[in-house]
Amino acid sequence: MKIIVCLKQVPKNDSVLRINEQGTWIQDRDLTYEINESDAYGLEAALQLKEKHGGEVIALSLGPARVQSVIKEALARGADRGIHLEDTAFDNLDAYGIGTAIAAATKAEGFDLLLTGLQSDDYGFAQTGVIAAELLGLPHTTIVMDVELNDAGLRVKRELENGFFQWVNMPAPAVLTIQSGINTLRYATLKGIMAAKKKEIKKLDAATLGIDAASLAPRMEFRRIYLPQKNKQTQFIEGSAGDIAAKLIDKLKNEARVF
Amino acid sequence: MANGIIVFIEHVDGKVNRASYEAVKAAQLIGSETGQEVSAVLLGQAVGDAAAEVASKKVKTVYTVENEWLKKYTADAYTQAFRQVIEQVQPALVLMTHTYEVRDFAPKLAASMKKILLGDNIGYKIEDGKPVFTRQVFQGKLAVDVAPVGDDPHFVSFQIGTFRGDESEAGQAEIKALSVNLDADVVRQQPEERFKEAKAAVDLSQAPLIVSVGRGIKEMKNIELIRKLADALGAEIAASRPICDNDWLPMDRQIGSSGQTVAPKLYLAVGISGAIQHLVGMKGSRTIVAINKDAEAPIFEIADYGIVGDLFEIVPALTAEAEKMKQ
Ligand SMILES: Cc1cc2nc3c(=O)[nH]c(=O)nc-3n(C[C@H](O)[C@H](O)[C@H](O)COP(=O)(O)OP(=O)(O)OC[C@H]3O[C@@H](n4cnc5c(N)ncnc54)[C@H](O)[C@@H]3O)c2cc1C
Ligand SMILES: Nc1ncnc2c1ncn2[C@@H]1O[C@H](COP(=O)(O)O)[C@@H](O)[C@H]1O
Repeated sequence: MKIIVCLKQVPKNDSVLRINEQGTWIQDRDLTYEINESDAYGLEAALQLKEKHGGEVIALSLGPARVQSVIKEALARGADRGIHLEDTAFDNLDAYGIGTAIAAATKAEGFDLLLTGLQSDDYGFAQTGVIAAELLGLPHTTIVMDVELNDAGLRVKRELENGFFQWVNMPAPAVLTIQSGINTLRYATLKGIMAAKKKEIKKLDAATLGIDAASLAPRMEFRRIYLPQKNKQTQFIEGSAGDIAAKLIDKLKNEARVF
Repeated sequence: MANGIIVFIEHVDGKVNRASYEAVKAAQLIGSETGQEVSAVLLGQAVGDAAAEVASKKVKTVYTVENEWLKKYTADAYTQAFRQVIEQVQPALVLMTHTYEVRDFAPKLAASMKKILLGDNIGYKIEDGKPVFTRQVFQGKLAVDVAPVGDDPHFVSFQIGTFRGDESEAGQAEIKALSVNLDADVVRQQPEERFKEAKAAVDLSQAPLIVSVGRGIKEMKNIELIRKLADALGAEIAASRPICDNDWLPMDRQIGSSGQTVAPKLYLAVGISGAIQHLVGMKGSRTIVAINKDAEAPIFEIADYGIVGDLFEIVPALTAEAEKMKQ
């Protein structure tokens, strides 16, 4: 079983975000990065499938040079090799553009299973994996909570709303978008970190992949970025911890009357 | 020339998902501002009753597509069928509510026409006579305005709760059956029956007071701090999804779109950022208190009382104060 897992590098979840001077995106200096949350679960799912059924896990990331650190992290956790999609033509792509690049790279590589996270924590398009599946002509299932292999292909558990789930059977190769919490994440061991140093990371650009400019052209036009508007009047309580506690309990008792 | 707005109506076995009426409402608003007619589409088998229900809304036409391959939802069959509806009806805009089902097929449908879904919007504005959509980035910490590019049709979905479905205008629509050719070979997913896991051991929906903990708590052992506060207040303990994903608290304590929905007298959110999937599970609470070290955390957008500070200082002080109150 050959599994490719997509890992997006995103600003660390507790980053303080500031809009840049041009008002086009956030300031990226001083940011620290990590693996997108659901992608980390995708990687773990891939590693567990490999342990059970054998095969190979390939970690793929698209972005500037810095994204090599998420590939290296994946190699240290047990992925066999990496693919880094790097090209200035890949800057500021929307989900269609990223899906196009991922589809081209994974098609060239060949695979049984392509895993992505269900949603990126920065852009939050929630569609890159599905777009790649469509461009590859492959079946997909989203928001996956469990993956089983059988003779006919795959049996995967979809999370639905209101506490419902559903098993879906599909042939492989296929694309799955993985939900957070599907498994328990492992961390890189010292041995894993050492072993990772010898693993290959293949770099690919748009020309090598035969991607034309038209398929990367933006399908949505960015107008502006801003802090969300508040629609509720929040009373902020200030002071020392003790003062805050006393004031809050008093307000809850006498103003909001919750006790 | 493409024209009009078509709304996707979701259903399970002919029972319409109420969230779809939010998209109907959105279409009515955008339609009246941009001078476009609204229609709706139902894909399935034996969807007559559902179509009649939708036809009581102010839309021009309710299109139905009935086919055995649409009996149970699959992304493959829905994409094929919807694509043919679009080719026949030629809408300028396809509007949907951003449900799990829409997330599953709409990006595929759009991509099959070399387009993108402008997904999960929380509002729109009209600029130069055309709608521009607002969506959240960085899990609600920032918002962006985006406009579709290129030829019609454009695909747009709104986050659940953006519009009031029950405020969609009533009317009387014609119902029109469309036929499509589905290639069974193209339907590769075989869904089994929908099911629920064993019933949740705790029902938080009746709890009058809830103290809820998020990833700001950092480590499992620190949950004890929250438990003490909950005990002192006589409250139930609940959590955001990452806490339950990590098994720091059991699954049945999770609040949000994939957990429980609650509306207590008091919801005290500690170290929770306020991602929309969490908010949908608790925004109906009567009084919301948020403790978060980040003054820009989205949870403050819906909090009645806000405390910007370190939970490791505030929570023990609050526990002490609550214990004082009890005596
Ligand atoms: C399809 C789908 C379904 C989902 N379903 C759910 C669901 O049902 N429920 C749910 O909760 N989530 C759900 N999520 C996940 C959701 O998007 C968020 O990722 C999640 O709610 C974030 O949890 P959090 O606020 O605890 O963590 P974070 O977003 O990491 O926030 C932690 C917060 O703690 C604050 N903090 C850190 N340290 C301190 C300190 N010392 N003192 C005070 N504050 C501190 C930080 O400022 C931050 O705001 C779902 C996501 C998807 C895509
Ligand atoms: N630049 C990228 N590199 C690798 N994977 C990506 C990239 N962008 C998106 N993905 C994958 O697509 C998923 C969904 O992203 P999105 O459609 O932006 O919400 C992510 O969880 C990743 O698995």
